[in-house]
Amino acid sequence: MDKKTLVIGVIGADVHAVGIRILDYAFQDAGFNVVNLGVMVSQEEFIAAAVETNADAIVVSSLYGHGELDVRGLRDKCVEAGIGDIPIYIGGNIVVGKQPFDKVEERFLAMGLSRAFPPGSTPETAIEYLKKDLGIGQ
Amino acid sequence: MAKVTLLTDFGSTYTKLTAVDLDSERTVGFARVPTTVRTGLPDGLSDGLSELKKQGVTTIAARLACSSAAGGLKMAVSGLMPELTVEAARRAALGAGAKVWRVYSHELTRADIAELNAAPPDIFLLTGGTDGGNKANILKNAGMLSRHAARPFPVVLAGNRAAADEAADLLRAFSPVVCPNVMPTLGVLAAEPVQAAIRTIFLKHIVRAKGLQDVASELNAPLIPTPSAVLAGMTLLADGTDARPGLGGIAGVDIGGATTDVYSICRGEPSEANITLRGLPEPYAKRTVEGDIGLRFSCRGIVSAAGEADIMRHSGLSAEALQTGLSQRENDPGWLAAAGSDLQLDKTLAYFALAIALRRHAGQLESVYTPLGQTFVQTGKDLRPLRHVLLTGGPLIAWHDAGALLAAALRDSGSSLLPRSPAVLVDRGYRFSALGLLATWQPDIALRMMLKEFSYE
Ligand code: B12
Repeated sequence: MDKKTLVIGVIGADVHAVGIRILDYAFQDAGFNVVNLGVMVSQEEFIAAAVETNADAIVVSSLYGHGELDVRGLRDKCVEAGIGDIPIYIGGNIVVGKQPFDKVEERFLAMGLSRAFPPGSTPETAIEYLKKDLGIGQ
Repeated sequence: MAKVTLLTDFGSTYTKLTAVDLDSERTVGFARVPTTVRTGLPDGLSDGLSELKKQGVTTIAARLACSSAAGGLKMAVSGLMPELTVEAARRAALGAGAKVWRVYSHELTRADIAELNAAPPDIFLLTGGTDGGNKANILKNAGMLSRHAARPFPVVLAGNRAAADEAADLLRAFSPVVCPNVMPTLGVLAAEPVQAAIRTIFLKHIVRAKGLQDVASELNAPLIPTPSAVLAGMTLLADGTDARPGLGGIAGVDIGGATTDVYSICRGEPSEANITLRGLPEPYAKRTVEGDIGLRFSCRGIVSAAGEADIMRHSGLSAEALQTGLSQRENDPGWLAAAGSDLQLDKTLAYFALAIALRRHAGQLESVYTPLGQTFVQTGKDLRPLRHVLLTGGPLIAWHDAGALLAAALRDSGSSLLPRSPAVLVDRGYRFSALGLLATWQPDIALRMMLKEFSYE
């Protein structure tokens, strides 16, 4: 079967560069084709890359606490670009400080993201859900 | 006279012949004759040769030539996303010396094809999708071309590898040249294979279509587009040879009547650790062409880019005098400004042409205000450390204040990463393209001659 393609990157003005590299390796090990955009990635860059590579999912990482601001409008732009149905995940430290995660998750899902992960989630968790959502190994 | 090499540049207005003695490393003859597109380019060439004969050049041992005549190498390019495959295709074509006439993103429409039918390009570069990525786009566009193009034109296919066979089948009537993807993986620009294909088609089709086959068959090296010769010369001047080091990173500006070309030979990477680089990687030898910036045919493009008020203030001309001056330049590409307000307007236009074309070529450094304060993002090339800028073309090279005009154009750079305080070289004898040609064949001699012929301001 063809490999599934993931576009990954750290969104906004966030420069935390280590986690995304670990995610890159973990996803490749799990058999994905990974397009890693690195740090400080804009919404437009995520979308352009996903269209050009015909990606199966977008994985957004956000560590510095401003994830909520940074992903606002991302789903609408995907719809506009013709990839409205693409799964979008977000994880890292997506909001400032410690907040009850069910409330946080609710807000991110309301913005059109497919899944939001609490701090401390491992790459393996993401891989598990990706396999499920993309229908891999069934 | 010993080994004389004839270097011919078939330009859109003039054909320039430069005779070089390779032993003494000197120019021994120079002629400039009108390019005769209608009766065939070789006619202009024989006029030039009789002119050289008068200067004592009788036997010619070797010949090289480049051409931008009859519209140059007119290309249309298409891709999927504007900032990705479209930009990659555009850069590859520019680097191959093409005049990029149309740039299409996403899907070609019937109106686009009507435009292509009305004025078919010399080459169409069809791209889209990374390898294994989007297939639908390039297939859709190949289908549109095959169904609606009135006549086939040369096509280079350099998109998603997984769609190449199917796209080539759709375009069978065009006998497309299939190349490796111009963007095999995201953010990687693979220009060389595409450029090699463009050069091959240029030789096969263009040379024949433009009446150059006899000229081409007598050459000691393949005929190339003029901008390729210039890029080769600039790269040699920057890098040097094993025998002699070059000048290091360099930029060049060629201001013509209709367009202005800017070249830079350098990596242009961020100079400080706290600057993040975004966008497609830049080619080491980069060329951009401003189709709306030129001192004659395109003089109004300069005025609309700079603003009429600024042109009037800088030149001291009234609105009326400015309009008269612009009409004169637009209607007569060979017109020469002698003195007074005519010369003043030419200098004003040249100053703004330099300022605008260099700003469009150079990278940008923007400070981004984030929730966490200020950070810096660079797009494009950082030209600030360049130690040399070469000026050529147009009336500029005859003025002794060309260097001062450039220095003024580099001032107030704002967010543009322009050279900070370069030494200015001027190609007084208009040898740029000829020595670029020689660079492709005899680099050591070409380098020594360039260092001799280009004078410091
Ligand atoms: C190193 C570091 C920095 C370095 C980064 C250097 C670099 N270029 O990478 C520097 C000093 C520059 C820095 C700056 C800042 N930092 Co900092 N930084 C850290 C630190 C100590 C380690 C980050 C790291 O590399 N971890 C190791 C990697 C492997 O883990 P990771 O990044 O968390 O990624 C893993 C997981 O999160 C997960 N994951 C990540 N993304 C996703 C996505 C999905 C979908 C899933 C499922 C999982 C997932 O998988 C990854 C791999 O295992 C953390 C604290 C910490 N211990 O985590 C703070 C931390 C991230 N920084 C923080 C802050 C506040 C900042 C600054 C705002 C500080 C300031 N006021 O200037 C700036 C922001 C600068 C900017 N514009 O981004 C806070 C964020 C708080 C919040 N979100 O509420 C943290 C948590 C520290 C803290 N406890 O306060 N930082």
